[in-house]
Amino acid sequence: MTNLFLLQLLNGAQFGILLFLVAAGLTLVFGIMDFINLAHGVLYMVGAYLMATFAGLTGSFWLGLLLAMPATLVFGLVLEFLVFRRLYDRSHLDQVLATFGLILMLSEGVRILWGSAPLNVDMPALLSGSVPLAGPLKYPVYRIAVIAAGLASAVGLWALINHTRAGMLLRAGASNRPMVAALGVDISRLFMLVFAFGAMLAGFAGAIVAPILSVDPGMGESILILTFVVIVIGGVGSIRGAFLAAILVGVVDTVGRTFGPIWLRMVMDPSAAAQTGRMLAPMLVYLLMAAVLFWSPTGLFGRKGAK
Amino acid sequence: MSALAPRLKAALALFVLMALVPPLVTALGDPFLTVVANRMLVFAIAALSLDLILGYGAMVSFGHAAYLGFGAYAVALGARWGVSDLLAQILLGMAMSAGFALVTGAISLRTKGVYFIMITLAFAQMAYFFFVAQSSLGGDDGVALQARSSLLGVSLEGDLALYYVTLGALVAIYAGLYRLTGSRFGRVLKGTRENALRMQAMGYRPFPYQLIAYVIAACLCSVAGVLLANLTEYVSPAYMGWHRSGELIVMLVFGGIGTLTGAVAGALVAVGLEEVLAIFSDHWRLGFGLVLVLVVLFSPDGLTGLAKRLGIGGSKDV
Amino acid sequence: MSELLEIRDLRKSFGALAVTDGVSLSVAEGELHAVIGPNGAGKTTLIAQLSGQLSPDSGLVLYDGEDITHLDMATRVRRGLARSFQITALLPGMSVLENVALAVQARSGSSFRFWRDAGDEEITNAQARVALEEVGLADRASVLASALSHGEQRQLELAVALATKPRLLLLDEPLAGTGGQEAERLIALMQRLKSRLTIVLIEHDMDAVFQLADRVSVLVYGAIAATGSPEAVRADPAVRAAYLGEGA
Ligand SMILES: Nc1ncnc2c1ncn2[C@@H]1O[C@H](COP(=O)(O)OP(=O)(O)O)[C@@H](O)[C@H]1O
Ligand SMILES: [Mg+2]
Repeated sequence: MTNLFLLQLLNGAQFGILLFLVAAGLTLVFGIMDFINLAHGVLYMVGAYLMATFAGLTGSFWLGLLLAMPATLVFGLVLEFLVFRRLYDRSHLDQVLATFGLILMLSEGVRILWGSAPLNVDMPALLSGSVPLAGPLKYPVYRIAVIAAGLASAVGLWALINHTRAGMLLRAGASNRPMVAALGVDISRLFMLVFAFGAMLAGFAGAIVAPILSVDPGMGESILILTFVVIVIGGVGSIRGAFLAAILVGVVDTVGRTFGPIWLRMVMDPSAAAQTGRMLAPMLVYLLMAAVLFWSPTGLFGRKGAK
Repeated sequence: MSALAPRLKAALALFVLMALVPPLVTALGDPFLTVVANRMLVFAIAALSLDLILGYGAMVSFGHAAYLGFGAYAVALGARWGVSDLLAQILLGMAMSAGFALVTGAISLRTKGVYFIMITLAFAQMAYFFFVAQSSLGGDDGVALQARSSLLGVSLEGDLALYYVTLGALVAIYAGLYRLTGSRFGRVLKGTRENALRMQAMGYRPFPYQLIAYVIAACLCSVAGVLLANLTEYVSPAYMGWHRSGELIVMLVFGGIGTLTGAVAGALVAVGLEEVLAIFSDHWRLGFGLVLVLVVLFSPDGLTGLAKRLGIGGSKDV
Repeated sequence: MSELLEIRDLRKSFGALAVTDGVSLSVAEGELHAVIGPNGAGKTTLIAQLSGQLSPDSGLVLYDGEDITHLDMATRVRRGLARSFQITALLPGMSVLENVALAVQARSGSSFRFWRDAGDEEITNAQARVALEEVGLADRASVLASALSHGEQRQLELAVALATKPRLLLLDEPLAGTGGQEAERLIALMQRLKSRLTIVLIEHDMDAVFQLADRVSVLVYGAIAATGSPEAVRADPAVRAAYLGEGA
């Protein structure tokens, strides 16, 4: 029982890490540009598809990853150049419409190019198998690697934001855009940088998740909404908030699905517990979001008094 | 107010046109088109209800389809409990929608801008998952209805009966919203859309007005859901998916927001377009998405501006 | 004269910047009290705290003897404390008449009425027209607010504030951006209003200030540098150095 809990905790953390990778770029985009981008999940999906393609072509996970990352970056930059930069000054409604159109287009495009059937990516030999954790408990090496890679990215991001000039501008910009503009910083260059970086992180998440999830055209959309939940809980524009919220959401979602029914059994009869548990588990993260918002409308680390 | 406003005239023309559709398509020998036209009417109701909050209240809700789902599930639940009267089902749908809208609206309206968009989307997704988890209602796959509802003892099994009931509901809701948006309440809502700070400086607290509008819009949208379930004789969580919410916004904006008539026109055109495009290609979404992106990018003022220049929906109701 | 508005040791900081730095001030019923000071002195921020748009970090705002420091804007307006905005804040997509009628509606009867056409309310419209008449915009009633010239928008801004039937009017640079004739009309209007209302006037136009004000306070770096009659303030060497020396 304790072992199962530990296992689910790790799975939750791993899921949370993925959410963080997708959310990190997006929360900055929201914070700095006040730009609502529904199409960010597409980059996660594209990352996974490019990974599947390149890994298939080269026959190597590592070469695939090496090619997929810059390819996603380029893809993101092209999108930024063609579409997003024309939307910054538009109303939220226009942004919603255009990025919604982009989702329709790109998801359908993926379906045309790769088909609707899920694709698989082989796990690299180096990272297959499991390691013993505690007692009889084993955990897949690959998932540990995902957690490690995600944590490394988070630390790298933290260093970038706290110890570089661009990072300083980002921190200032995410909470006070006019001020950064007033400093004479070329906001559009800064944003392109953020966007490209965010695209690469999302693509990276998609690429490394490919061996453990099936790659399908709906994957970008299902993660997008959870990403929104993460950003709302963490507070728009806050990397730290996104990290904590992502782990929280990942763990609550994963642990809730397994343990919800089990814990409910302590207070109700088994069949009712199973039924209620199944019903409540997928709603948990949304209830969590509602609770946080009720407490603080700008999330845990959002700018207070933000409009 | 003796002469009819242009947008009112346009709406009347649309309603008369739609009333003539069933005899026309029967004469043309393709009565199935009545069902397609009925779909248009259902979505016109949904788009109208969205116009109240998005067009008049400037609340960009990305979760409006949830209420389409509540309405549809009211029919499924009604059928299970032996309630087959349409009005009773509408009441049930409205009660569920009002409850959900009151709670989630109160939380969402504490926020603004991108937060509001994301939160309404997330709450709708929560409702979606709730119904996915209801295995007794078919879960993910949904549930087929044994029979259509009846209205005051008259069965709506025939396509014609359902069609004219839908049209009646559309006209009634249009008329109600027309009055509402011209009333004191409607004026405050429009004022809040224009400048919430100014409204506060006049002595208004925007929150209750916005919340009431949010709840009214939810209830009206659930009427569309009840009718949609009857039309398809099928209920599933897909009705409340977030794509559907996006499509409702597209319909509304395409016809022009904040005019009511535009919502009706936009829904008729968008549903029609969808039917036609789907005939030509399975991949119609690619073209649809591309058009959407291009229009927003290259039409000054976005889609709204384009609709205005094409004269759809007439000028904004101010 | 009794005090209608009293500010006690009001403080507000944005980060490290103390924008309102211990302001104490009182305004008597019927007085026109001008607040002058260089750009960035914190005048607009002060008005924002008096009107309830911003809440102060500490200090008190008393209105008619009551502590209103933490009341929201709408409640203050309903008690007769209206303001105009330095940066024009109108309802651009609505007609001039509707802009004012909404202000009338706010104080006369419930706005939770869902059926009757608000445009048909004769009494509301009549009262709105009176306010428009007063600022000289009566013939522009049916024009969209966004179609007005800048000067006319300033006039409308005033008409909306007047339509709330205030006892105390906070005016944030009402003359900013208006031309000769418009400015003159607005000054004449304020002259007339003076006899019925209490006014806190923020203004850069020194001629207007010294012509209208009963008392003048000078705000520099968020603190009151001097308060007194226009003549006394004009003669105050500290004020000349801090502020008037710049331009006037
Ligand atoms: N919301 C805010 N955040 C940070 N600084 C602000 C804010 N509002 C005003 N300030 C600063 O406070 C100071 C006073 O502004 P303001 O009250 O508008 O001055 P005034 O009206 O006297 O010209 C200025 O330096 C301004 O930049
Ligand atoms: Mg100012």
